Amino acid sequence: MLELENLTVLRGECPVVDRVSAQVGPGEVIGLIGPNGAGKTSLLRGAMGLLAHRGDSSLSALDPMARARAAAWLPQAREIAWGLSVADLVALGRLPHGRDQATRGAAAVEEALRRMGLDNYRDRAATQLSGGEQARVLIARALAQESPLILADEPIAGLDPAAQIATMQVFTAHAQAGGAVVTSLHDLGLAARHCTRLWVMDRGRLVADGAPGEVLTEALLAQVFHIRAHFKNTPEGPVFQPLSTLGV
Amino acid sequence: MSYRTILILLSVLCAVLFAASLLIGPSGISPLHGLSALISGDGAAGLVMRELRLPRAILGIGVGAALGLSGAAMQGFLRNPLAEPGLIGTSAGAALGAVIAIQTGLYALFALALPLAALAGAGVAVALILILAGREGRALVLILAGIAVSALAAAATALVLNLAPSPYAAAEIVFWMMGSLADRSMTHVALALPFLIVGALILLRAGAGLDALSLGEDAAASMGISLKRLRLQIVFGTALMVGAATAVAGAIGFVGLVVPHLLRKSVGARPSRLLPASALGGAAMLTLADIATRVIAPERDLKLGVLTALVGAPFFLSMIRKMGREG
Repeated sequence: MLELENLTVLRGECPVVDRVSAQVGPGEVIGLIGPNGAGKTSLLRGAMGLLAHRGDSSLSALDPMARARAAAWLPQAREIAWGLSVADLVALGRLPHGRDQATRGAAAVEEALRRMGLDNYRDRAATQLSGGEQARVLIARALAQESPLILADEPIAGLDPAAQIATMQVFTAHAQAGGAVVTSLHDLGLAARHCTRLWVMDRGRLVADGAPGEVLTEALLAQVFHIRAHFKNTPEGPVFQPLSTLGV
Repeated sequence: MSYRTILILLSVLCAVLFAASLLIGPSGISPLHGLSALISGDGAAGLVMRELRLPRAILGIGVGAALGLSGAAMQGFLRNPLAEPGLIGTSAGAALGAVIAIQTGLYALFALALPLAALAGAGVAVALILILAGREGRALVLILAGIAVSALAAAATALVLNLAPSPYAAAEIVFWMMGSLADRSMTHVALALPFLIVGALILLRAGAGLDALSLGEDAAASMGISLKRLRLQIVFGTALMVGAATAVAGAIGFVGLVVPHLLRKSVGARPSRLLPASALGGAAMLTLADIATRVIAPERDLKLGVLTALVGAPFFLSMIRKMGREG
């Protein structure tokens, strides 16, 4: 669903994403992790074709409308300019489908509202909601787009624990329905529990790509994140707890 | 109230005000007589109706729609309720063109010299903006370029005033800049209308892009909106409408700022819906203001731009105060 081949994004002369090659297939929820400034956002924007880049992304080769139907993008900045109602805002996700999809569009919007628990919010002005509620509305917009692939930049930052888990579960459901999600996040515990695969970025390079249990090793945590952590497989899934920082 | 109802109500309001604009004036023609004279074109009344009031009423609607529509488009594009159509320098450029036409005496040579010079001024301003802001620049760069070009045009206008050959020429320039719809002919209508219509068609097609832009430039681009194309649409559409409006009516402020703001809530804040509503609202407001200039001071030639600023500025202040409170 997404293929990156030596994707490189330059800021000035300096590569912020350096020759990243990776693939995403249906059913996957990929957690993109790495310290601040590792190039996670640039990788996602480059993959979407929103940033000038070298190398290839299967998405950026598409024309803009076809790309929007193939992949939805959730930027980290949660911008909502006007006091649109929640229902109208979520319906913006239908733009790439044109007018001929109007009937399907209404159903898709309803489905997205329901999934994000926004049924009772539909007539509220989105700008009047709390930050966490706005984040859920924006995720609902991406769901309403019905693109098989969702690229999300820290969608759960600032959400309460229940909303974080619920959002990861929505992503899992999206993947299980044949889609795929690539989401950057900083909560390694949630990443370990809810992602089928992790991409670890450090200084522009993709330094690890694999199942959470294989990737989150003591050595990698020390090298990339400069932390020591407790990691344990339990009957309820992996539990991950950062313990202390290591001297840099 | 549904969106459709709002559009119908605004249309009716425009029609009523258009009729009122035709029927109200200093020559004291009775409404019935006026209407029959308008249709037949006979006698002095026919002349007044066809040569003075009809073009004035048409321009009131056209110029008002231009200001309302381009104001809504500009606010939607910049995602800022304080944006106004003059922001990208077209009205300042048009004013400079007109002022040069007055200064050089060109405007006395033929009727359309002044509006044509104003249109040329708007065109030069747009060209400068696009060169300054590049073809790729973000909205912020466009605003800054607009401010720079406006400042340059205003300075050049001041220079022309400074060097005016006579107090009469200076007074002529100052009065023109105040904005008015008095004494315009059907020639002015014929000149402005094509630009207004083409500009309106361009701007009305930008609705979906402006809706998407509510979620930011990155999100809009990811939803298949070409930001480059949208920007050209907004710049050219606004330039055509505001350039033509300024060319025939002079500088009229605050309508493009206030009307979108007044109507935003009632159309559910969607930029695409605000565009047509704001066009109708602008047409109604400017026609109403133009009628007011005739009713308030029939003998004194109260300038339309003065009236809109007198009413608009306090409204603008209250708007800013409210924004400050809402924080």
